[in-house]
Amino acid sequence: MKTFKIGGIHPEENKLASSKAIEMLEIPQKVCIPVTQHLGTPSTLVVEKGAFVKVGQLIAKSDAFICANVHSSVSGKVSKIETVTDTSGYKKTSVIIDVEGDEWESSIDRSSVVKKEIILSKEEIVAKIKDMGIVGLGGATFPTHVKLMVPQGKKAEVLIINGVECEPYLTSDHRVMLEKGAEMLVGITILMKGLGVEKAMIGIENNKSDAIQYLQSIASDFKGIEVHALKVKYPQGAEKQLIKALINREVPAGKLPIEVGCVVSNAGTAFAVYEAIQKNKPLFERVVTITGKSVKNPSNFMVRIGTSVNELIEKAGGLPEDTGKIISGGPMMGKALNSLETPVVKGTSGILIMTKKESKRVEIQNCIRCGKCITVCPMGLEPYLLAQVAENTNYEAAEKERIMDCIECGSCHYKCPSGRPLLDYLRIGKNKVGQNIRNRANN
Amino acid sequence: MNQVLIYSIISISSIGALAAVILYFVAQKFKVFEDPKIDEVADKLPGANCGGCGFAGCRNFAEAIVKAGNMDKLNCPVGGNALIKEISPILGIEAIEREAQIAVVRCNGSKIKAPKKVEYDGAATCTFSHNLFAGESGCPFGCLGLGDCVVSCKFDAIYIDDNTGLPVVSNEKCVACGACVKACPRSIIELRNKGKKDRRIFVSCINQEKGAPAKKNCDVACIGCGKCVKACDYEAIILKNNLAYIDYEKCKLCRKCVEECPTGAIIELNFPPRKEKSIKTETVNSEL
Repeated sequence: MKTFKIGGIHPEENKLASSKAIEMLEIPQKVCIPVTQHLGTPSTLVVEKGAFVKVGQLIAKSDAFICANVHSSVSGKVSKIETVTDTSGYKKTSVIIDVEGDEWESSIDRSSVVKKEIILSKEEIVAKIKDMGIVGLGGATFPTHVKLMVPQGKKAEVLIINGVECEPYLTSDHRVMLEKGAEMLVGITILMKGLGVEKAMIGIENNKSDAIQYLQSIASDFKGIEVHALKVKYPQGAEKQLIKALINREVPAGKLPIEVGCVVSNAGTAFAVYEAIQKNKPLFERVVTITGKSVKNPSNFMVRIGTSVNELIEKAGGLPEDTGKIISGGPMMGKALNSLETPVVKGTSGILIMTKKESKRVEIQNCIRCGKCITVCPMGLEPYLLAQVAENTNYEAAEKERIMDCIECGSCHYKCPSGRPLLDYLRIGKNKVGQNIRNRANN
Repeated sequence: MNQVLIYSIISISSIGALAAVILYFVAQKFKVFEDPKIDEVADKLPGANCGGCGFAGCRNFAEAIVKAGNMDKLNCPVGGNALIKEISPILGIEAIEREAQIAVVRCNGSKIKAPKKVEYDGAATCTFSHNLFAGESGCPFGCLGLGDCVVSCKFDAIYIDDNTGLPVVSNEKCVACGACVKACPRSIIELRNKGKKDRRIFVSCINQEKGAPAKKNCDVACIGCGKCVKACDYEAIILKNNLAYIDYEKCKLCRKCVEECPTGAIIELNFPPRKEKSIKTETVNSEL
């Protein structure tokens, strides 16, 4: 079975919610929609306080290249525009909407019929994806339309769809592939047309055999789409590792996947693209896994963007008593939240609740030079060395040892028998080295 | 046996002599002229290599000052005016008197004034914590209390007070080298004039949020009300981005603003206690 060659780990899978069908979460009383929910230039507000908005109405936009629009996820009155702590840990400008009814924009097609015919041209597809505010739903929230615009001199050969979901606990992509498989394949066909490629490959880890079988059975109706089973290994969902696993090409350091002729998109994103193009539905809801060993009902919810994390937890059986941490994303790369009022945004793939015991850090001991971190590093780096030079603020050495190639997957940190906070130091180092590089470029 | 001894003495000494002659000519050929003043100046400098002057070390500073021939933009904050007086005759220029400075921590959000809302157990450095979230108190501008400034200080002049969780600068030990200013990821620490008898007045807050959200996280936040600006007779206070800033060059230390501040964000240091009705503000000693 295919997989990437260097490093990787196999943490306990804990896919507790994998058999739970996607449930629609009730529309909350109030939503709080951050104005900027993507990587790139911040958007600007286009609604005012007191205005009435419909579901799917544009509320923030920008003309910048790397940018995505934001749409209202509910109908109601804009009650406040204020700063709210989002998943970044900082307060960001957000629109607070008091919900009144559920009135959708009339252009949105709410029927559940799968519409296969693609009428739009290549350019129209890209423009529409931009209008509908589609971003990568894997977590990094990179605007999708930017990926489809291939820079001059480069050629896209294959579209890779990331259905790996290598993070433990998370099951949202798995459920989308199982329940919305046909729609997703139409979405992939749209992306292929937008990108101008004839071939698409879906990579799915072997622990989701039901999804693999289902997609393989229906993929024959679609031209050029292949489904590949991959060996279970973290971090296979990382762009560079997935490309290596599927087509055995290596993305050069500091470059994008287009350099080796491919574009990678998430399975959830493909479904969102289908809804945007065929049903005129902007990205205002997404599937979020709420899970954890102490959670009563681990579930997958279809959630309107802007719903507070608290509502999800209540619906999944309430906050367990001995909660240590609430993490947005998976246990490997997710980020602990500091407020239950944090809204669900486009990049929220899951909410993981950890008990006090699970979330406690182990005691830090000295490095014993066992080299386990080197064995597991999927980028072929030497994490123990990088962490050491970063700790000693020797950022020049860190840059020389290629700290910027680190993908922050946390495999080294996971594997370290001495419990050293390798990833913490790597992140500090990356931050400083990145600053130095930017300063050099500006001078 | 004797012969061996004689031969070896002769051959070794002749090699030595030859090498000496070669080295002499090489040294003449590649001689680099160095101004003797540099050594003289470098001897006078403190030798801490703290980088407070903006150069990598004391010798680099000596080279720069000798080369420049004036001290308009060059200053050794550690040596201060006394040092400048000493080195000015060597350079043959007139000494410029500069006001002594000290590092000032512009955050008073202690454990009591800005209580913790969440607990952080990640890497214990401010830089890292700053990248992750707003801080345990929720104030996105306030001190994180993890001591990057303490680590950066080469003079042992700053430490974290266990009771308040805030850094404290020692009046005697701080030499205003500015290492902590650079180390703080939130730019909370500022170099300000030391002031007469070490008396200083400053706004101990850099929160640029509007009044309500700022006050929500911290009792002693500057809410940008502008009362101090009106109270000041010397136009020393500027209000920008919901935040008051006292210009230490213009401030005459009259303490009127301290009385006016509704949240107690303006701090006075090392002043004698007020004579009448001094209930509103307490005199804070910087050593406490």
